[in-house]
Amino acid sequence: MRTADVIGNAARNAFRSRLRTTLTVLSLFVGAFTLTLTTALGAGVNEYVATQVATVSTGDALLVAPAVASETTEGPTPFEADGRQQATQPNPLGSGTLLNAADLETMRGLDGVDLVEPVRMITLDWVAADGADEDARFELDINPSSSLGRSDLVAGDQLDNGTDAAQVVLQEDYVAALGFDDAESAIGETVELGYTDAAQAEQTIEAEVAGIARTSLFAAGAGTNESLTDAVTEAQAIPGQPEAYVLAVAHLDGTGPDGAVTDQDVDDVKALLADADLTGQTVEDQLGVIQTVINGIIGVLSAFSVIALLAASFGIVNTLLMSVQERTREIGLMKAMGMSDGRVFSLFSLEAVVIGFLGSAIGAAVAIGLGTVISSALAAGPLADLPGLTILLFDPVNVLLVIVVIMLVAFLSGVLPARRAARQDPIDSLRYE
Amino acid sequence: MTSAPAPGAPPVLSAQALTKTYGTGQSRFDALKGVSIDVHRGESLAIVGKSGSGKSTLMHLLALLDRPTTGAVEIDGEDAASAPAKRINHLRNDRFGFVFQQFFLTAQQSVLENVTLPLLVAGVPPRERARRGMAALDSLGLADKARNRANDLSGGQKQRVVIARALVNEPDVIFADEPTGNLDTATGTQVEDILFGLQRERGITLVVVTHDEDLAERCDRRVTIADGLITDGAGR
Repeated sequence: MRTADVIGNAARNAFRSRLRTTLTVLSLFVGAFTLTLTTALGAGVNEYVATQVATVSTGDALLVAPAVASETTEGPTPFEADGRQQATQPNPLGSGTLLNAADLETMRGLDGVDLVEPVRMITLDWVAADGADEDARFELDINPSSSLGRSDLVAGDQLDNGTDAAQVVLQEDYVAALGFDDAESAIGETVELGYTDAAQAEQTIEAEVAGIARTSLFAAGAGTNESLTDAVTEAQAIPGQPEAYVLAVAHLDGTGPDGAVTDQDVDDVKALLADADLTGQTVEDQLGVIQTVINGIIGVLSAFSVIALLAASFGIVNTLLMSVQERTREIGLMKAMGMSDGRVFSLFSLEAVVIGFLGSAIGAAVAIGLGTVISSALAAGPLADLPGLTILLFDPVNVLLVIVVIMLVAFLSGVLPARRAARQDPIDSLRYE
Repeated sequence: MTSAPAPGAPPVLSAQALTKTYGTGQSRFDALKGVSIDVHRGESLAIVGKSGSGKSTLMHLLALLDRPTTGAVEIDGEDAASAPAKRINHLRNDRFGFVFQQFFLTAQQSVLENVTLPLLVAGVPPRERARRGMAALDSLGLADKARNRANDLSGGQKQRVVIARALVNEPDVIFADEPTGNLDTATGTQVEDILFGLQRERGITLVVVTHDEDLAERCDRRVTIADGLITDGAGR
């Protein structure tokens, strides 16, 4: 029997009992539908996190914080006069302990560290267009890590830490509020920033708009370059208070081609930092935790669809066993006419694969159709605050993989019935009533 | 052109000292106890006997549908009993045609599809299958039924379809197991006429298993099987 005939006959045989096949296909459909949706959800969220990582990471920097004290079993920590300070209020970026000037010096002295910048938290009260009235002022949050990362820009350039001029990157929704026509026309314009200094006196400073950024999950708030940060920090520093920082950013020397920072460089510096009672993490490390959580959730969801598939695979076994039973005499006849066991096996296992293909292809197609509608509805409604997020991302490779996996499951389910058919004795089969 | 085998030519089928045993111990049953038989090219042979005598078992062994417990079956001098399964499948597909008492037609398929089943198994391309299938149906006066579903035919028509199916791969030997058992006398005679006509006109060897005396009478030669042994008629 020719291979093309085997496939053709397997497909036709699958529809001899139309209702039975349809029901089996439906059970596979449920599994394929959910599996396609969960993988799309995973791909969508992970893709979004990955782009967000790219917006906040330059790839060659470590975020350094004091190591969390682990010696909790040995009683209270002894006081050291020159030791690190504890933060008076919790902050989201570091642990409760703050870095001091000595820590910065230690970091600067490590092999492989090129430049160390402490992250300073500055507070700005308002922003206004240059020369605007007092009632056209808007509150402004500053993202403390903005000077080290990159913003997801709609217009303009990233912040320049080399220049003496004060620069700021504003979020998209400030464009209209500050009276600019569009993002492009805001670039290079001057805005006025207001803040309160250490003596509780109101101050203003002018800054140039370097770029306009898209709102992002991890880099919420406006960005300020180093020159601006320095000026404001100086004014807001309380006289006599020792230096203390939540975090510092260590820029690394690269040993790779063209001075690129390799994974080995990062690991080396991390080890040195650990020796100095400090912990270094790349932005990827920090967001890796988020991705692990996301993958865990997606994994649990996928497990449910796999259970659905498992149930469906028993449906296939059942369907095909009935089919083999019904066609006992036909199998006997074909074997009497010289059809080999292998061909009989192929005929039935391919019938299972056909059922698997139908269920998975229809399931995937419906999931894509429905998912696209849901995804765009969510993007327009509840998820409108997260631009750039496609909650369900249908990657063709993933969809194809789901279909192939389900066809494989179907094939494996078909093995038992197909073997039963292949092993039938032609004489017994022809006597079968 | 009746049975006149060329002198010296090997018999188309030759069986030596065939035994067939089913089961072991208490349930042991010897279906055949040493049967030797030659079937010559172009002859018609009737294997007669009561049910349970072993006549069907003998036909299954001759048709290579089963392997003997001991003994040998030769096709044109080629030892088939010890041949690999693939070779035996090919021999059955290429050299034999089968007509069964129950028609074994696939009800949902068309008459033409049923007739061309041996060609499908053989791997003949679709166009060629249809051409040869139509030729076989035409020779049995069923060309106009080719597109009908097999289920829609009368008993006599069904058995003619079965004969067309046995004929489509141009076999050397047609094995017929009670070919008229399910038919009334008039249709049965019609089917017999067709089978003997094929033997006469195409030189196809006929091996008929039956307990119908009239049918056995029309064959060139008959052997009677009782209790697993040939009791009447020469095996060679």
